[in-house]
Amino acid sequence: MPFGQGRSGGGRGRSGDKKTADKQQGQRRPMFRRRKVCKFCADKIDDINYKDVKLLGPFVPERGKILPRRISGTCALHQRKLQTAIKRARQLALIPYVTD
Amino acid sequence: MADRQYELVYILSPDTTEAQATELHDQVQAIVTRLNGQIEKTDTWGRRKLAYEIGPHKEGFYVLEVLQGSGDLVKELDRRLKVIDMVVRHLIVRVDEEKKVVDRTRSKRQANSERRRVKRGLPPQRQPGEGRTRDEDDGYPDLDEGVDAGS
Repeated sequence: MPFGQGRSGGGRGRSGDKKTADKQQGQRRPMFRRRKVCKFCADKIDDINYKDVKLLGPFVPERGKILPRRISGTCALHQRKLQTAIKRARQLALIPYVTD
Repeated sequence: MADRQYELVYILSPDTTEAQATELHDQVQAIVTRLNGQIEKTDTWGRRKLAYEIGPHKEGFYVLEVLQGSGDLVKELDRRLKVIDMVVRHLIVRVDEEKKVVDRTRSKRQANSERRRVKRGLPPQRQPGEGRTRDEDDGYPDLDEGVDAGS
């Protein structure tokens, strides 16, 4: 099912007024998010190596998936390098593919 | 063809003996020298727990070799390692190009920082006891400050 449909069918938007009020409030509320900084840029780590499990560990959360950029704040270049490093580490059983 | 640098990591089954491990290392060495390559470094990580089970194994004996050679060498190594039962898993990765890039960025950064420091009337190298201690060899104390305050 497309992702937009489920949202509108949630019963939340029964009265139009409420919906707009919701939206406005959401916009007005000041959300303080810490500005995320790419760890590798900040610490000047040039070489993202697949052997360095300690370095890769924080980017592979419990489930075993690669932490997305929007959460970790890693820049595109380093996320790409991180991705290959994690995939290599997985082949060598240094990092799990999945964990349930 | 110019020689390339590769890293070979192989995982042996945990019940291999020292003698078997060295024997395998000798085999690898033989293949490498036969195809005009050379082993630069051998690093035995030893027994490690595997992140997931590979067949019946929960542990593995890791060995890393850094070698110099041609593509044919890698092909041959790959073929041979696949056949050997003792080797649970192996991975060969080319590293020379990446290393070059890393070296280049590192030296560039170094040169940049030196230039900026000279411009500010400081000696090009960081003096001991200067700046914050977290980052050892960078010359951008001013740039970093904002980042640090946020975190």
